[in-house]
Amino acid sequence: MFDLTGKSALITGASGGIGGAIAKALHGAGANVGLSGTRVDPLNELAAELGDRAFVLPCDLGDAEAVTALPKQAAEAMGSVDILVNNAGITRDNLFMRMSDDEWQSVIDVNLTSTFRLCKGVLRGMMKARWGRIVNISSVVGATGNPGQGNYAAAKAGMVGMSKSLAYEVASRGITVNALAPGFIETAMTDKLTDDQKTAILTQIPTGRMGAPAEIAAGVLYLSSPEAAYVTGTTLHINGGMAML
Amino acid sequence: MSDIAVRVKKIVVEHLSVEEEKVTESASFIDDLGADSLDTVELVMAFEEEFGIEIPDDAAETIQTFGDAVKFITEAQ
Repeated sequence: MFDLTGKSALITGASGGIGGAIAKALHGAGANVGLSGTRVDPLNELAAELGDRAFVLPCDLGDAEAVTALPKQAAEAMGSVDILVNNAGITRDNLFMRMSDDEWQSVIDVNLTSTFRLCKGVLRGMMKARWGRIVNISSVVGATGNPGQGNYAAAKAGMVGMSKSLAYEVASRGITVNALAPGFIETAMTDKLTDDQKTAILTQIPTGRMGAPAEIAAGVLYLSSPEAAYVTGTTLHINGGMAML
Repeated sequence: MSDIAVRVKKIVVEHLSVEEEKVTESASFIDDLGADSLDTVELVMAFEEEFGIEIPDDAAETIQTFGDAVKFITEAQ
């Protein structure tokens, strides 16, 4: 089950914890993987660990031209882009009343606008192939909100509405578009939390623990697989029961 | 019929699965040939590849009929 042999996947934010786990899962299922991110060293390390069928494609998602060029570079490196995983994301947390235009805009640009551009960039090849999988990594806070994250929650909720709209448009061409909303996952982003903050968060999670990146990657693998052809426009919540949506 | 018209017609017939006789000069892709809006995007993509040209989005919107397509591509060549 879940054989991706012969498929090529472009994964943004592959230098991060969740992105790296997604790359490993898709690669393990036989896919070629294009590893994108801003930090080249971790991408090279991941590519070396994966071995064959891994391609490093550095890109600053805040740079519109670079984002537009990325799908083309990925198709040149791998032959095609059959699977796109928009995983990259940044946070610039601040109380709403203190949030600057720049904090707002940079989070919208990197998390939402780059997702739009990358989706647009890969669609042509997918339409011709009559097969494609797009998985947009949203967040539980896109559905629930979170104090201090007005910008991030807006971007992540925006990805959900965008995914649904695109899912309608391209469903007849064998392309599925879904969102996946992780809850609290053990990564460098959540390592920064204090023990008190972690304890408080855990009281909200019925499973009593944070999730592992591999548990998100397993969901991405499913949504990317031929078996998930009938799943489109949905949001898969993987959050330990923190929000039952 | 020009060589361009022959090639355009072949793409339209294949892509929209319509009979050749229906693809007349004034045949509208959407109103007469059963295309949906996504089909028209795909037709433009196919024209671009067949003729090695770029058709910008604002120009693509003006290509509504078989005749429009042949005229645009003839001028673009």
